[in-house]
Amino acid sequence: MSMPEIMSRRDFLKKTTATAGLTLSVSMLSAQHAFAAQGAASEALAPNVFINIAEDGIVNITCHRSEMGQQIRTAIAQIIADELDADWDKINVIQALGDPKYGDQNTDGSRSIRRNLDRLQLASATAATMLKQAAAKGWGVDAASCHCENHQVVHTPSGRKADFATLVAVAASLPVPEEATVTVKEKSKYKYVGKPVASIDLPAVVSGNTTYGQDVELDGMLVAVIVRPPVMFTSPKSVDDTKAKQVKGVKHIITLPAAKAPAVFNPLGGVAVIAESTWAAMQGANALDIEWTSNEHSDYNHDDEKAALIASAQKGGEVVRTKGDAKKALSEAETLMEATYFVPMLAQAPMEPPAATAVVNGDKVEIWACTQHPQAARSNVAGALGVAEENVTVNVTLLGGGFGRKSKPDYVAEAAILAKQVGAPVKLVWRREDDIQHGYYHAVSAQHIKAVQDENGNTTTWHHCTAFPSISSTFAPGVDMPSGGELDLGFIDNPFNVANMQLEKGKAVNHVRIGWLRSVCNVFHAFAIQSFADELAHAAGKDSKAHLLQLIGPGRIIDLTAEKAEPGNYGESLEKYPVDTTRLINVIERVTKMAKWDDRKKEGRFLGLAAHRSFVSYTATVVEVVVNEDGTWSIPKTYISIDPGTIVNPEHVRAQCEGGSIFGLSCAMGQITATDGAVEQSNFHNYTVARMQHAPKEIEVDIVESDAPPAGVGEPPTPPFAPALANALFAATGQRIRELPIPMRLKKNS
Amino acid sequence: MQITINGKQHDYDGDPAMPLLWFIRDDLKMKGTKYGCGMALCGACTVHVEGNAVRACQFPMSGAAGKSVTTIEGLDKDHAHPLQIAWAEENVPQCGYCQSGQIMQAASLLSANPSPTDEDIERGMSGNICRCGTYPRIRCAIKKVAEAGK
Repeated sequence: MSMPEIMSRRDFLKKTTATAGLTLSVSMLSAQHAFAAQGAASEALAPNVFINIAEDGIVNITCHRSEMGQQIRTAIAQIIADELDADWDKINVIQALGDPKYGDQNTDGSRSIRRNLDRLQLASATAATMLKQAAAKGWGVDAASCHCENHQVVHTPSGRKADFATLVAVAASLPVPEEATVTVKEKSKYKYVGKPVASIDLPAVVSGNTTYGQDVELDGMLVAVIVRPPVMFTSPKSVDDTKAKQVKGVKHIITLPAAKAPAVFNPLGGVAVIAESTWAAMQGANALDIEWTSNEHSDYNHDDEKAALIASAQKGGEVVRTKGDAKKALSEAETLMEATYFVPMLAQAPMEPPAATAVVNGDKVEIWACTQHPQAARSNVAGALGVAEENVTVNVTLLGGGFGRKSKPDYVAEAAILAKQVGAPVKLVWRREDDIQHGYYHAVSAQHIKAVQDENGNTTTWHHCTAFPSISSTFAPGVDMPSGGELDLGFIDNPFNVANMQLEKGKAVNHVRIGWLRSVCNVFHAFAIQSFADELAHAAGKDSKAHLLQLIGPGRIIDLTAEKAEPGNYGESLEKYPVDTTRLINVIERVTKMAKWDDRKKEGRFLGLAAHRSFVSYTATVVEVVVNEDGTWSIPKTYISIDPGTIVNPEHVRAQCEGGSIFGLSCAMGQITATDGAVEQSNFHNYTVARMQHAPKEIEVDIVESDAPPAGVGEPPTPPFAPALANALFAATGQRIRELPIPMRLKKNS
Repeated sequence: MQITINGKQHDYDGDPAMPLLWFIRDDLKMKGTKYGCGMALCGACTVHVEGNAVRACQFPMSGAAGKSVTTIEGLDKDHAHPLQIAWAEENVPQCGYCQSGQIMQAASLLSANPSPTDEDIERGMSGNICRCGTYPRIRCAIKKVAEAGK
């Protein structure tokens, strides 16, 4: 069996932990920092699930978050190496299996650093404390007079030194210290945290020596491709597999059971072709002749859905936040501004389509998968095969992008079911067509906003209704309203300082699987709110930036609960992560200064601005556009300022700001539509994503230095991009864009 | 038929219509060349045939017969091609999945045009998608290598 690179690292861990009598069971290190020592002395120091210092002094760091381009494997290593003051060349990063002992592993929601910085610092400081205690014991000195420096413990007064390797055995025999006795480093002493440390995976990536889910290779492995029903929850009425069976290398053709509501993470059914090679499986799948049943989703059409959603948003719905009396103000207003915004479905389309490999031996299952959510993959497989979770091992490969798609492990269950059925290792690969046509889509949405301006052009009333099929509909039948968690995404925390505000949610039903996509509902909420703010500026004859700042009002903490809202705040407390307009104003000031906003007119540049709070971070974006005679447009430059609180690696934040902006551009370019219940797009020729010529030629990133608690980074750069672009195109052409996707060629200016 | 991959000769007697990608990935188990779309739309599978960039997912084995193919693994024996070095220095990759194809495409672009303009780079790289959005850094890395070659 040839082993993926990541797996051989795991074997290395197995080897080192095999000799380690001291293994600590730390289920929720974060919550109580409860270290419970088990076992006796050993030759490796493993004070918790994240750190294992081997006899030779190598620091093995277990990364429990999935790597999908955010460089979390490097960031976690930075955090742990820093508290230990480890030598960067003597660390080894091991990818964790899916296991609740690590706490939450679902790598989404921009929370890997937000939720783990403190606990990983404490975990590492605990190991450092034990090494210092071991050295102090040997030297007969006080451990408090020792510090860690470059993979050694140093007795600070005398300068005496001992390598970690010489201390491991003694340290491992010591009791794990109480949390209260462990201190973490002061920020000023950070060696790795806050520094642009290069990614540990760079050499492998640039040489092609990487193992993603699609790359897993096991001896005797077969490859499976599934032809899934074009309409959700339908099934094959008839299957003619005569031609598929004739394809050389095709071994099995299996009709899978039909799926039914709710979709959850269950396989969609269809017909699987299992072959000796990927090419044979694909050829076999193409040769199948299947007639499908129909159901209530077979009548689903994009245009009908669009009309229904717009009607729902315009009609209004349930009130979720209210201040003053918006209804009264609207009814008494002589004139009011109103606009409807529409954003279509989108697909995550990570460069690597989903893939999973499974081996089933009796009631034991081993999985290799590019999953953002290894614990859900594990329970999903256990449920699908009827085995105990403890019997399912989930190895996490590198992910060729995730963007939310790989948080849903339907494909992992597919692999396990097929491997069990054929009695051989099976790699289940999704083709690009499968990915585009059978996804968990970013919801289609319509929003209607009404506002009243006073005689000075100041907005006094804001009324906003959002309507979109809920992600909750994927998990429970009959859901026809957005969930609270979705309204948290850039809707309920509206930062505007108006006398009357009313926010409402409208009805919408689903006909496809709805799921998360990078920054989720923030994409369409930011688009509508920040576009309409710009419309109001122009209606009042004001500068867009000055108007936006005026609309936001003074720097303050907004008390959402006082306005009858129930904010979930991305799972964070409002005390620790308040809705702070001071920080939003700050990023607006910084980004406009960087973009030389005030000089734009005299320099003949067309700029658009948008700002947004998401994942408890604050971002503001300025997009510069050039519109050609023929209506085509391009983006010479983009500026973004982000305030994500405390950060671990500025290069990672910078890269996420660049990539997140370009992802936001793709959100403004592509669309998924359905006819008769089936998705119309199938590959990159008709599902448009940003290519180099569309992307900003240059992106200037500004990171606000902050000691505030760490906030999200991976998603916050995305939401402001589309409205900033639309506002820039308005500045250049006078054409207001209220609907995505934005045409690649606008109407010619008359 | 015979086909040379990274200087090593291989025999192949299978379906001549099979794309080169699957010979590289499934038969030779070389995984640096990636599958992204299967329709020559994304460039993740880019390799060189006789020095020219092709999309291996749409390039049939019959077309590769008797030819010399280079994959990311063989671009430089020490993995130290100027582009690989520039990619690391500019910290280009995020998820990394498309980067083998990006580097192979860029190598072909620079060998045909050692001093590309911005427009040349856009035209040359327009077939290679990166969903992480590393385009500005790819552009910088290519320019850096082009500048150094002057």
